[in-house]
Parts: sequence; C-alpha cells; structure tokens
Amino acid sequence: MQRIGVFVCHCGSNIAATVDVKKVAEMALLEPGVVHAEDYQYMCSEAGQEKIIEAIREKNLTGVVVCSCSPRMHETTFRKAAEKAGLNPYMVEIANIREHCSWIHKDMEEATKKAVILTRAAIAKVNLNTPLKPGESRVTKRALVIGGGIAGIQTALDIADAGYEVDIVEREPSIGGRMSQLDKTFPTLDCSACILTPKMVEASAHEKINIYTYSEVEKVSGFVGDFTVDIRKKARYVDMDKCTGCGVCQEKCPSKKAPSEFNRGLNTRSAIYTPFAQAIPNVPVIDTDSCIKFKTGKCGVCSKVCQAGAIDYTQKDEIVSQKYGAIVVATGFDTIKLDNYDEYAYSQSKDVITSLELERIMNAAGPTKGHLERFSDGKAPKEMVFIQCVGSRCADDRGKPYCSKICCMYTAKHAMLIRDKYPDVNVTVFYIDVRTPGKNFDEFYRRAVEQYGVNYIKGQVGKVIPQPNGKLLVQGSDLLDNRQILKEADMVVLATAIEPNEGVRKIATMLTASIDTNNFLTEAHAKLRPVESPTAGIFLSGVCQGPKDIPETVAQAGAAAVKAIGLLAKDKLLTNPCTAQSDELLCNGCSTCANVCPYGAISYEDKEVNDHGIRETRRIAVVNSALCQGCGACTVTCPSGAMDLQGFSNRQILAEVDAICR
Amino acid sequence: MSSEKKQAELIREISGVNPLKCMKCGKCSATCPAYNEMDIKPHQFVSYVANENIEALVQSKSLWKCLSCFACVERCPRDVQPGRLIDAARQVVVRQRGGNYLKADEIPELLDPELPQQLLVSAFRRYRR
Repeated sequence: MQRIGVFVCHCGSNIAATVDVKKVAEMALLEPGVVHAEDYQYMCSEAGQEKIIEAIREKNLTGVVVCSCSPRMHETTFRKAAEKAGLNPYMVEIANIREHCSWIHKDMEEATKKAVILTRAAIAKVNLNTPLKPGESRVTKRALVIGGGIAGIQTALDIADAGYEVDIVEREPSIGGRMSQLDKTFPTLDCSACILTPKMVEASAHEKINIYTYSEVEKVSGFVGDFTVDIRKKARYVDMDKCTGCGVCQEKCPSKKAPSEFNRGLNTRSAIYTPFAQAIPNVPVIDTDSCIKFKTGKCGVCSKVCQAGAIDYTQKDEIVSQKYGAIVVATGFDTIKLDNYDEYAYSQSKDVITSLELERIMNAAGPTKGHLERFSDGKAPKEMVFIQCVGSRCADDRGKPYCSKICCMYTAKHAMLIRDKYPDVNVTVFYIDVRTPGKNFDEFYRRAVEQYGVNYIKGQVGKVIPQPNGKLLVQGSDLLDNRQILKEADMVVLATAIEPNEGVRKIATMLTASIDTNNFLTEAHAKLRPVESPTAGIFLSGVCQGPKDIPETVAQAGAAAVKAIGLLAKDKLLTNPCTAQSDELLCNGCSTCANVCPYGAISYEDKEVNDHGIRETRRIAVVNSALCQGCGACTVTCPSGAMDLQGFSNRQILAEVDAICR
Repeated sequence: MSSEKKQAELIREISGVNPLKCMKCGKCSATCPAYNEMDIKPHQFVSYVANENIEALVQSKSLWKCLSCFACVERCPRDVQPGRLIDAARQVVVRQRGGNYLKADEIPELLDPELPQQLLVSAFRRYRR
C-alpha cells in the first residue's frame, strides 16, 4: 500500500475563489492510501514546495498528488521537489483543478465536487504508480537550418559562432531569400542588398557552415539530439568545383524566355542562370524545362563556351544523409495568389502590381533598372494608388484572417521613395488602419504624410476598372469625408498578404512539428517559448512562425540559435521513461501498432517465448525506447492488449476512470 | 426593451448578420453602384444597426435605392454582408406597413426565365402597384 500525500493549491484566488480547497483536502483524506492532506496559498512557491518536501520526509510518503494548475505549468517543479526529498519524481501526479475546473466553472459547489473527483482519480493512479528512471540519449553536435533567407542565415551564423557545425538547406539556387529581392528597408531606408550580402558572404565563408543550395529536405527520422535527415541535392548540371562564376554561359545561352523567379516574372532569364548578381554560391543551374539541350538534344552552347568545362548534362540528383542534434525551421514566406481578388484587376492589367513586384521595379538591378514605369506602355506614371490589406484581415475564405504586419510600413516606404525620386508623381494610399508599432515606425509613417505629402485616405477600394485610355479607374471609400472616390491612376500597387512558403506543411509533417490552420508553425508556448516547436529539438526562426519584419526576424533567429546551442552544448539528454512496452506473451505480431506509430519506434523480432510451458518462436513487437515519445497510440490500437505505456498503464488509466465513476 | 433595440435585434435576426464583425474598412461603400443615391451609405448602415440607431434607418431613402446587387456582400472582407442588413431593414418596414408592394399572383405574368430570381424577390419587395 502506498503512503500518499495530497497538496491542494489555492493559486491565490484562481482556484480558491471557485473551489472549496479545504473541503478537497478533507475529502482526499478519506481515500485509500492517503495519509496526509493539506492546502496552501501557492504550492509552487518555495514555501509550498518546502511543505511537500517536509511531508515526504516526516510521513514517509511514497506518492504525492498536487491539486493545482495544468501539469504543463508545474509538473516539473513538483517532481523536482519530490526528488529533493528522495522520492522518485514519477511518483508525483497532478490533479488539474485550475484549467480543468476553477477557471471554467462558476458555481462553487459544483466546482468543488469536480475538484474532489479529479483528486480522487489522481490518487487512484498514484496508488498504481511505480518508480521510473529516465534513460540517456546522445547529442549529435551539428545543427540543420532549413531555409537560407535572412532568418536561416542569422541562425546559422549564431550557432556556428558558438562553435557548432551548421548545414543550411536552401531550395533556390542561391541563399538570400526574400530579403535579397527587396530594394530598401524600413525605417532607415538603407539598401537591402548592402546589409544582406555581407551576411551571405560571412555565412558561405564560415568554416563551420556548410550550405546546400538548390536542395530540399527529403526525409527526417530520429528524435531530439539524434535526427537523421536525407537532403536531396537537385542536379545543377554545373560542377560546383569547376565553375568560376564568369557568367559567359548565361550570356551566350540562346534560350532566354523563362520568366525570372527572382524578378517575380516581370522579365525573363536564360535557361542556365543564377538568380541575381550577388548569388551565393555564384554557380548557375540549368532549368531543364526551358533548356534547348534538354528539350531537343541539340544546343550545348553553354558547354562549348565554358572555359572551365564545368557543364555536365549527365549530373543526377544526389541524396546526402546527415545526422543532426537540432533542426531550425526558417522557411519564410511568399505573397498570396490574387486569383480571389479580381475586383482589383490584377489579372486584367499589367499596371496593377504587388508590392513585392514594385520592390523589383524600384531596384537598380531589377527589370526596369530602377526606373518607375508602367509595364503596359513603358510610360512614367503620374498618379499612383496603393491599396492596403489586400487579402489580409479577411474573415471569409478568400484571404487570410491575420494582419500581415509588414504592409503598412513597406507601403509608407514605397510612397516616400517614389515622392522623393519623382516629386511630380502623386501618391495616394487607401488604408483601413495604419499599424506602425515598432521603434521609429510611426515617425517614419508620419514623415511620409507630413514631409513627402503622401495622400492617405481612410477607406478601402472597392474595385479597379481598366479604362480604354489605359488608365485605371479606382473606386474607393473616403470614410472621413463620407464620400465615394473615383480616381484615375496610372499604376495601382496592392499590399498583398503574406503566407508561409509553399511546402512548409510537408516539412512540418516530416518533423512532426505542429502547424496552424494558416500554415504557420506553432510555438511551444505563445508567450514563454516563442522560438521552440512543441516537438523537442525543433526550433522556429522568422516568418514560418508568424508575420514579422527584418529586425524581428533577426532577433528571433538569434533566439532560435541560442535554444539550439543550449541543446547542442549537452553531451547527453535524459529520455522520457514513459514509453511503451509490449508483453511478449500477449503480442500476436499483427503489426497494427507499428502501422500507427508516428515515430517509427516499433519493429518486430522473432523471439523464443515460454508460454505456460510451451516453448515456441513468435513474431513480437519491440519498442525502441529512444524513439518512443509515449503518445500511447499503440496501446489503444493493440487488439490483444499487449502494449502498455509506462507511467500511463492501462491499469492506471482504468483505475482513474473507476475513481471518477465511483 | 426600447422599440429601437427590438427592431435592431429583429434586423440582425432576419439578416443573420452580426454587425460587430465589421472592421470599418468601407469597402462596401467603395463598391456600391448606388452610392450617390443613398443618404445613409452602406458602411454607415452597418454601424447604425450596431448602434441601434434604427429610427433614422427606416426613414432612410437608401432602403429603396439599394439594387440588391450584393457587390458589398461579395467583397466584404469580414463577411458582414451589409446588403443583407439593408434587405432585412426593408423587411421590417414592409412588415410594419402591413403590406407588400406586389401581389404574389401578379408574379407569373412578369416572369422571364432569363431573370435572376434575386431580382424578382427584390422587385417584389420594392415596387408598388
């Protein structure tokens, strides 16, 4: 028989205002095995923990039940306290009488009744608890960063500076990401490339950083500290070691009609290409969809002009398998497709563009060499209209329910830059709210209005109608003057909502990292663990976790790096002892458990068993406790009841159910 | 309960619209083809219902100027559906007056298979004999 102590927390008034805590303690004393019960204002405080330690020592307790908040909050606290007093930490159970009881009920009598029942269930479980001992697993001192934008680069640099090896996997032919496409950055208006390229160079030159560009993560297995990742290095058809980056192949390539991804399709590129001049690595790739050699077998100009002999049409995709201790996701974002917003005539007119397209147009290396001009006729615009919140803050399924966060600031930036460079161009911004929280952000927006004379109109645009004279008729609201505005514009710029990059759901699935309905990766705690995924060993950096601007991204990238370093600095990790085990006498080798196991922790062995004197060889499930995360899927699916989870055994759970139903 | 409060509730109930969903972007008024004819503009309509300012609303000529084209319903980013509110307000007025403008048995001879049903319903609500 156990000797159990029950400790009921008031949590100030959080619990005590709704639950009669004295009554809960009193009722607990009537339960089998309970030899001690008390209540206290803050059980998690040092004085509260001391009470638990004292009682364990004085009353020789073999089990502890703490009736308090969710185990996610303080289970570790109380386990550590018990361990201090010499009790196995797995002999501690939490009855959650706050989140599951006091916070969700109003009636004191009913809530107290429920708290008593929850306590009873926890006591019933502790009566069947056995001491458990965590195992150990090793830590591979190497990190993987998925995504080579500013978030991934910064995270990789910070981890590498701490002395650990880092691999960056980037899908595109060059690192740099979205930031490399930007012209200027708010609120200081410094040139994006000028501040990004030194970081790109630093990353590529760092002895601890290894960059896989034009590569994708193909498969992930393992667990925190010991992941195994397969990376597909797509065939570039250019030998990275031989290529000198002279660029002659791109010049001479006769196929120049492929839309440039880097310039958002506003101009074209050759079939063999680097996305932009400062690309890292400065080694081109051949796009086989537009390469004449690959399509017809005839051409081979690039191979002929390459002095270094780097062109290799026979190159194949290569799979690299590597072990990592930590993985950081930094997959970034893209702008949404505008198919659902035809009222803004994006598909009807070349002069209706997205803000990211405008970034390319404003950039000296862009499709117009930095000249602001209309794509329909090449004329300089005189009237420009910016429309905010296109696809953001939408309650219907046409757009995204969230605020994309960066649009107010980049629109102010665009408006200001245009007014500065082309003072004769009138700029009008239709806005719903101007959201500029951030250091020097509101000052920046006010400068656009007060110094640069940008015309901000409160009201959304209803529709944009292309006119026969080539102009765009913008019909919008002016809510402050309470009038409907009809305005002829030469160009319309849509502040298009941003969304996580395509393919992030696939990556999240491979990592078993949770993801929300908007495809943003979920953090372990919205406030207190913002850069960690709930899956151990997976960290989040940049917009893959939620919309953010460059300073925020860099800050978060550093934070994710610190978390990864904290993990890599350890030689061994304690593993969760609450893992599944199969009873070899009950197991019939049906494979049902292996099929449901999300971690690939179950395999089968032919084992000799002695079943009541009958010796025979049977196929039996074996759990790799290093891989098992203790989710319990196998225990509920096993038809013969052979699978059991330590610390959450079928007997323990049924005892809890019995106690509740009593 | 004041009668205005009651009427506001009735409008919300008939339309199935929650005016509190409105984020005051004004896209309904920006898209409305009958905007110039209206004394109370579509976006104001939503806040009038939210603020239970119904007396002014039922007096408004906007009720009879709305074309029921549903552009505002289609384009509202918050799914507030101002057009349905206007429809409901019309209903309330019609019910108060205790009579429809068209008789139901007059509909068949007006029926044109090309005609959108929505238009027919709007017309049925709106026009006198």
